[in-house]
Amino acid sequence: MTVPLIELRGITRQYGSGEALVRALDGVDLRIDRGEFVAIMGPSGSGKSTAMNIIGCLDRPSAGNYLFNGVEVATLDQDQRALLRRHYLGFVFQGFNLLPRTTALENVELPLIYKGQPKAERAARARQALARVGLTGREDHTPSQLSGGQQQRVAIARALAGEPMVMLADEPTGNLDTRRSVEIMELLQQLNRDAGLTIVMVTHEEDMAAYASRLVVFTDGKVVRDEPTRARGA
Amino acid sequence: MLLETIRLALTAITRNVLRSFLTVLGIVIGVAAVIAMVTVGQGSSEQVSANVESLGTNVLILRPGTRMMGPGARNTAPAFRLTDVQALEDLESLSAVAPVVSTSETAVYGNTNRTTTVTGTTSAYLETGGWQIARGRAFTPTEDRSGANVCIIGETVRTALFGATDPTGEKIRIKAISCEVIGLLTAKGAGSFGQDQDDMVLMPVRTVQRRLLGTQDVSSMSMQVAPGRSSDRAISDIQTLMRDRRHIAPGEEDNFSVNDMKELASMLNSVNSVLTGLLSSVAAVSLLVGGIGIMNIMLVSVTERTREIGIRLSVGAQASQVLMQFLVEAVVLSVLGGIVGILAGLGLAFVAAQIMAIPFSPSPGVVALAFGFSAVVGMVFGYFPARAAARLDPIEALRHQ
Ligand SMILES: Nc1ncnc2c1ncn2[C@@H]1O[C@H](COP(=O)(O)OP(=O)(O)O)[C@@H](O)[C@H]1O
Ligand SMILES: [Mg+2]
Repeated sequence: MTVPLIELRGITRQYGSGEALVRALDGVDLRIDRGEFVAIMGPSGSGKSTAMNIIGCLDRPSAGNYLFNGVEVATLDQDQRALLRRHYLGFVFQGFNLLPRTTALENVELPLIYKGQPKAERAARARQALARVGLTGREDHTPSQLSGGQQQRVAIARALAGEPMVMLADEPTGNLDTRRSVEIMELLQQLNRDAGLTIVMVTHEEDMAAYASRLVVFTDGKVVRDEPTRARGA
Repeated sequence: MLLETIRLALTAITRNVLRSFLTVLGIVIGVAAVIAMVTVGQGSSEQVSANVESLGTNVLILRPGTRMMGPGARNTAPAFRLTDVQALEDLESLSAVAPVVSTSETAVYGNTNRTTTVTGTTSAYLETGGWQIARGRAFTPTEDRSGANVCIIGETVRTALFGATDPTGEKIRIKAISCEVIGLLTAKGAGSFGQDQDDMVLMPVRTVQRRLLGTQDVSSMSMQVAPGRSSDRAISDIQTLMRDRRHIAPGEEDNFSVNDMKELASMLNSVNSVLTGLLSSVAAVSLLVGGIGIMNIMLVSVTERTREIGIRLSVGAQASQVLMQFLVEAVVLSVLGGIVGILAGLGLAFVAAQIMAIPFSPSPGVVALAFGFSAVVGMVFGYFPARAAARLDPIEALRHQ
């Protein structure tokens, strides 16, 4: 049996203490294999973002084990986790998190800087990634000059530009109209199929979840459903 | 990678022009203020020291009235006479005694004129005042005694009346006297209070008394302590002699005062060092204000910078890389502000030195200190919040409010 790419064992994440204690994740078990396209759904506040942050090595669990490609992440130090993010993970934040006063192109180039790519190559790849999300001609716009949907697509382009092994997207189509959403979903599906990109995506929309091959549903910090989807557009 | 880091830092600097400008401004103000003030302070204290040197050593000044009596009281104390001068000359502890009687007169030569101080004295004045004859000669003993119509002029008067030409042998007119210029004094420059010491004409004491003032009074005397004698001893000799000559009963207060010029000079010097201290504290305050300015800008931008750090960490930057970027940024801003501040400070000090006619003497130590302080403030407040942020989990940094 092969080692899963992502394995969560009894992951708990709590905030605060005493009276104010919030258990955002409460004993989550989840295995995701290479090449999967997983959609995560669930009511607001059910712990979806918290789980994504932990998988993305942006946050650490209060208890439980997280194994990435068989490696216990808790044994890695801060710099090693940074390397994990740099070389394997691409994250699309719910709130975009773009650098202000910085052009779309430079935002997309950011992960490539830390990958040590030379300037010219970086710019070319960033342009390519922006073109893929339909932002050709917007390279020199700063976030404040872009609409919410456009900023979201810059964030997606940034995650794609680094050619990660896993793409973690927290509601990547939340700010897009249906037509754009479908385009992005088709792009993700294509990357998943053709390049073997593993995708974990949080969404509120059944229609978008249908692009994934598997649906995981969270409620109150627990996984309550985990099943294959009737794959669409295949 | 270092080159890349420097490029990142420069991009960050140009991306937030206002923040960078305010940071640099804080450093500029701090550095410029300290350098300007300390340089001016140092220049003026050098000026005072130079003046003290020019006063000549062991010179005593005798004046009617006392320091205690206040301004109005001085008039009631009788002036001295030339017989007092002779009596003082007999004291063994003095080697030269010069009477001084001064008046403000207009000196005329051809169609040029100059209002200046005319001092009636003897050639002993050259010794007690530390004057050198640049051209011509001093008064002869006969001229000293007789009240001849001769004069020695200072450089300022020479320039005003004669330009660059040789004044000796020429005749100038002062009131009704036509007097021959027999000598030119070597220029001394500005005095302790900024007065022009070279703006004067010396004439034999009797000439001034009789022909200009119509009096026999001598308003003060300047005396040289004899070599090997202490000035304290000389002062007490003078006091004894003058009390006797002025018929002051035992127990009664002196109606004259004897001052050591050195003492006066050192007093002036200490006033000056108080002034320098004051300037330095003002400078220190500006440095502090500049430092607080830098600190404010840095701390205000912590939230934004913390989010930036969170973003960089989330795409795979290591804490050390982020910190290096921030450090380079702080160094670049500090060096930039420091250089501008040093230039501005030296420029200000130079202009002030010209206006105040004091030497321009920048001290490398102060330049280094001011620059170092501002740079450290800039770096500390740019670097430490960044370090705190870079240690967070990326999600914590991103959530920073
Ligand atoms: N930084 C935090 N501090 C305290 N509570 C938090 C924090 N982040 C999330 N939570 C809580 O954890 C729970 C799960 O949040 P989240 O994972 O964002 O939910 P979802 O993404 O499913 O809407 C919520 O109840 C939320 O209020
Ligand atoms: Mg969420």
